[in-house]
Amino acid sequence: MAAEQRRRSRGVSVGIKSVSIAFAGRTVLENFDVEISAGEFVAIVGRSGCGKSTLLRSVVGLETPQAGTITLGEVAASNANRKPDIRVMFQDSRLLPWRRILPNVMLGLEPALIPQARKVLAQVGLAERANDWPATLSGGQRQRVALARALVHDPNLLLLDEPLGSLDALTRIEMQQLIEDLWRSRGFTAMLVTHDVAEAISLADRVILIEGGRVALDEVVNLPRPRTRGSARFAALEERILGRVLQRRPVVEDQW
Amino acid sequence: MYQRQSSSIMKTQRHLRTLVKQTSPWVVPILLLIVWQWASSAGILPSRFLPSPRAVVSSFIALSVSGELWLHVRVSTLRALAGFAVGGGFGLALGLLTGSLHWAETLLDTTIQMVRNIPPLALIPLVILWFGIDESAKLFLVALGVFFPVYINTFHGIRSVDRGLLEMGRTYGLSGWPLYREIILPGALPSILVGVRFSLGLMWVILIVAETISARSGIGYMTMNAREFMQTDVMVVGILLYAILGKLADLLAKGLERYWLRWNPAYQTTR
Repeated sequence: MAAEQRRRSRGVSVGIKSVSIAFAGRTVLENFDVEISAGEFVAIVGRSGCGKSTLLRSVVGLETPQAGTITLGEVAASNANRKPDIRVMFQDSRLLPWRRILPNVMLGLEPALIPQARKVLAQVGLAERANDWPATLSGGQRQRVALARALVHDPNLLLLDEPLGSLDALTRIEMQQLIEDLWRSRGFTAMLVTHDVAEAISLADRVILIEGGRVALDEVVNLPRPRTRGSARFAALEERILGRVLQRRPVVEDQW
Repeated sequence: MYQRQSSSIMKTQRHLRTLVKQTSPWVVPILLLIVWQWASSAGILPSRFLPSPRAVVSSFIALSVSGELWLHVRVSTLRALAGFAVGGGFGLALGLLTGSLHWAETLLDTTIQMVRNIPPLALIPLVILWFGIDESAKLFLVALGVFFPVYINTFHGIRSVDRGLLEMGRTYGLSGWPLYREIILPGALPSILVGVRFSLGLMWVILIVAETISARSGIGYMTMNAREFMQTDVMVVGILLYAILGKLADLLAKGLERYWLRWNPAYQTTR
């Protein structure tokens, strides 16, 4: 219960109300509504090009919706002055190749926070690589540095844009555990975009499926943590969501 | 015992291999020198066409003992560096400006691209008219020649900074000067250094021409003056000096690349 309280104090709620985004006349999100409560871990799944990354980018302000509002806590996302701390982890690590690992983690921080940065680097298991160049790290290690860089700011909201997509299977599972552990101990709100349904189920409180620019499925994952992929309930849920994703598109549009 | 011996043999072999690797680039120049000396001594190569290597060396020693050589080298180097500083500085500043601000690009880039197509050396008659054969004439020519490579590569470097990194920087709250310092400048640096290296080579070429046409001191002047008296040995000393100074400038640029781009695996030394 204590963890639950801490989570509430750190995380920020996200309200997405009737948001529409179009690129060059092609509608990506249409009248999109989602409420995410403070400290919740939400996974967003869907086929490629369904607009899940666009949704994430509009939450952090990299895309501007043509219509609708996005509110973070009590503040509108467009209000740059009183923005809660949001950090993004991209599919590629986007480390600065010309900065060593520790300065990369320190990006945008005061030098006084070096001990803090070292601590987070140790949490992702890379304390001894602090003085190396990013080019000497493996893909998984680079993503761990990117995670450390995001978390050293102690964000209220962490956006994960397919951050594990390019990693090998074993490193992925390791990273998923790391993300889950850090989320549980810090209690930020997390939005994870992924095309891996199993990853969504093992991490998230709720899985949202986007299809045709709208929410096609909003499923609460009621499995105790840490979750084991082998369990029957896990498998049944994965089966159900996957089945929904793989439905042919015209059928879906008929429903709307 | 046997093993230690074999390992020491292997070590000697390895030393021998590195020795061969290090000396082999010099085999051809040394052979050329030997053939050249032989042809001069045998009288096949008259000294009014080309002096013997030995004559060049003794002329080099005589000139450096008298101090004349160092005077000319100093004058030429100062000219080259001053021209490089002025032209390179302007190129860098304008390249940063047009690369970063769209209105500056619209305003200036077309003009600069037009002027770029004029070879700086084509301006020599006008430059002599404007500045006489003063220091400022040489400074102007070198600065003008050096400006364009630095400008173009700086502009290109700024424009080709990784969009993903810029986006990441913005989501981390960087903007203005911090964004410039952390992401844009370091991202443009490899390209800027290509421009610097290119213009260091160009710097000597332009200076040589400017000095041979109109000067009262400097290596070019020394060489042209020697021609009047058919001192082929002095002329060759001057030409070799340009080669050495050019090589030094290139080594300097390489050193800068190695230091500033040490994060880049392509520039990391194997040690």
